Amino acid sequence: MVPEIGHFAVILALCVAMAQAFFSLVGATRGYVNWMAVSRPSAYILFFLTSFGFCCLVISFLTNDFSVLNVASNSNSQLPWPYRLAASWGSHEGSLLLWVLMLSGWMAAVARFSKGLPNDMLSLILGVMALVAIGFYSFLLLTSNPFDRLLPPAMDGRDLNPLLQDPGMVIHPPMLYMGYVGFSVVFAFAIAALISGRLDTTWARWSRPWTTIAWAFLTIGIALGSWWAYYELGWGGWWFWDPVENASFMPWLCGTALMHSLLVTEKRGSFKVWTVLLAIITFSLSLLGTFLVRSGVLTSVHAFATDPERGVFILGFLVFVVGASLILFAWRAPKVGLGGRFDLVSRESALLANNVLLVVAAASVLLGTLYPLFLDALGLGKISVGPPYFDAVFIPIMAPAMFLMGIGPISRWKKSSVPDLAAKLKWAFVISIISASILPFTMGGWSLFVSFGLLLALWITLAGLVNLWTRLEQMSKGDGRTLWTSLLSLPNSYYGMLCAHLGVAVFVVGVTLVGGYEVEKDVKMSLGNTVTIGDYTIRLDALEELEGPNYTGVEGTMTILVDGEEVDQMFPQKRLYTVQQMAMTEAAIDTGFTRDLYISLGEPLSDGSWVVRVYLKPFVDWIWGGAFLMALGGVLAVSDRRYRKASEVSSSPEEVTTST
Amino acid sequence: MKPRHKRLILVVVALALLGLGATFVLKAFRSNLVFFYTPTEVFAGQVPQGQAFRIGGMVLEDSLQRNEDGVTVRFAVTDTIEDVPVQFTGILPDLFQEGKGVVAQGRINMEGMFVADQVLAKHDENYMPPEAAEALERAMKIKMETE
Repeated sequence: MVPEIGHFAVILALCVAMAQAFFSLVGATRGYVNWMAVSRPSAYILFFLTSFGFCCLVISFLTNDFSVLNVASNSNSQLPWPYRLAASWGSHEGSLLLWVLMLSGWMAAVARFSKGLPNDMLSLILGVMALVAIGFYSFLLLTSNPFDRLLPPAMDGRDLNPLLQDPGMVIHPPMLYMGYVGFSVVFAFAIAALISGRLDTTWARWSRPWTTIAWAFLTIGIALGSWWAYYELGWGGWWFWDPVENASFMPWLCGTALMHSLLVTEKRGSFKVWTVLLAIITFSLSLLGTFLVRSGVLTSVHAFATDPERGVFILGFLVFVVGASLILFAWRAPKVGLGGRFDLVSRESALLANNVLLVVAAASVLLGTLYPLFLDALGLGKISVGPPYFDAVFIPIMAPAMFLMGIGPISRWKKSSVPDLAAKLKWAFVISIISASILPFTMGGWSLFVSFGLLLALWITLAGLVNLWTRLEQMSKGDGRTLWTSLLSLPNSYYGMLCAHLGVAVFVVGVTLVGGYEVEKDVKMSLGNTVTIGDYTIRLDALEELEGPNYTGVEGTMTILVDGEEVDQMFPQKRLYTVQQMAMTEAAIDTGFTRDLYISLGEPLSDGSWVVRVYLKPFVDWIWGGAFLMALGGVLAVSDRRYRKASEVSSSPEEVTTST
Repeated sequence: MKPRHKRLILVVVALALLGLGATFVLKAFRSNLVFFYTPTEVFAGQVPQGQAFRIGGMVLEDSLQRNEDGVTVRFAVTDTIEDVPVQFTGILPDLFQEGKGVVAQGRINMEGMFVADQVLAKHDENYMPPEAAEALERAMKIKMETE
């Protein structure tokens, strides 16, 4: 009964979305006030119905209802309950339900937190989002119903893919989808602005926090995915340039560009057309990512061609969304007009260059991801584009962008002078150069790659400090405030920027040092054997049988010695998941601030010994730490009081009195 | 300089950067493509010398051998018509099995041995690596034609 109720709730949600799209869009363009009044409550109803449907699916998973096809294919009675919960979005059908849940959640959030928006603008925005929602609800109901029954019911389920049975995988998809779907908000803002013709600085101020928060979620989602790949796939890599990863990285790159160009549109009124175009591109790339991951086209274009239902639906939807928005853009954008003028040397120019670089980077990823698919689909041969291409392209494109990260924030709007910038930044530059050339010697050998990476990281950090210092100096000159009060009075959005930029520096340190100084050893080990890596000696002390809830396996006991003294023990495992008969390597990782020690069991050999892989990965956790700082910066920026002020001013008088 | 000229310079500089970036990306792209060949094509000598490429197919039954050091393995990849001997140093993926699909990336050496620096097996129970499936499909076609 529960799945049918859930199914019904999702059907109702589709009907609500249709009504909402119709009344909101027609009402807003014709100016019917009572039609527009539909949009806000219907967003809440949509969110309620979808959450209800989602809960029904979760209940089916938690109660092991194997008469539901989705549960039978992706869960098992032996599966621990947190993974049964995660299994409800581990499958194709479930993840689409999660997608629409997120979309309706974002719609409800827009309805709730946009009190300052004029009524017709809000209706347009929610109407556009409802159109997107119609597409996805129909896709869900027509091609991928998660509530389908299985007759006769299965005795037990086929289990969740063991790779997904992991805490990181429980939260990775929701975070990633929050980001993907979050870009639909700024997309809807852009479309609404094009329709209404009101593309001004207020528009940019409304859209900015939504973009930033979606971007922060996407950052966390990608970082979690990378972290998961690092410890769960068992081979210690943190990024593989796999098409699935690229699918999430392209919207991230464009979203980053979008955040920065929205800044210019808000502060200076420039880049308006470009910002709108970026908003459309970013969301289109999110849809493209969904298409790539969900159509099966990556697994094999041939599988896609033989079972085209799902793929063709999303492809059609993608073409419709991109086509319609670009036509609207071509029609309306010329009327938008240009913004404030700016000089060759100015913050606008720096941000423009940053935008160009980020978009070129995204385009190069797009090329490397789609070209092999096109060739294959056209029957022109099979090729693959591996990490060497992406590495060769990415470093030269991102390096100037990172160099600009030091200059942009410190230069003035409209017109900046080169001598002035040079005077401010010369010490930061000199110190970065000197430290970056010396530091590698203290770490185990000089190399250009390491030195250059450290240079960029130091430069970003020091330029950020100079920036903070100049701001504080100006403030104390202005009204004689003390250092402390100045620090407190700087806006959160400013700290958000510093924090996110510092995150990039931390990330670069991680990437550079792990790339430059990582040590890897594959060795054959029997009981009592040792292997030495860096300052650590690892001894295999025991191999024991292992019995888990839904797997069996072997666990090794590795004793870590430093200078002959035992300091730690680590327990890498090799598991065999019984239902799917799938082997899994569970690496043992000793995480540290400056290094990770990583041990994984390879294969057993006929004489009872094992092939063991050990890694010493310096500063690898800085990669994810940096991503976390970037996301934290986004959250800080959104918490800025001017956004709260804007909503307080516009809310009704009695609410203002209660809140003050 | 008039503001109009400055703006023009900005646009030109941006376009030049974009052009430079595009040229560079395409150059890197062309030199880093990895092509795919089936064992039959390898046997027929259609593969590039000294350049990395990919092969795919099934791991031939009973072909897996291990060197003394325990970490160097040899096996043969077959598309049911021809077999290519492969050598790999490192740890094979969890789902690597004789008689199952596999994809290897590497170069062919003087003795005709394919020295792999990367071995990929399928990601989960439900599908074969696409290249492995492709190799078998092409071999099937050749067999049908010759019959």
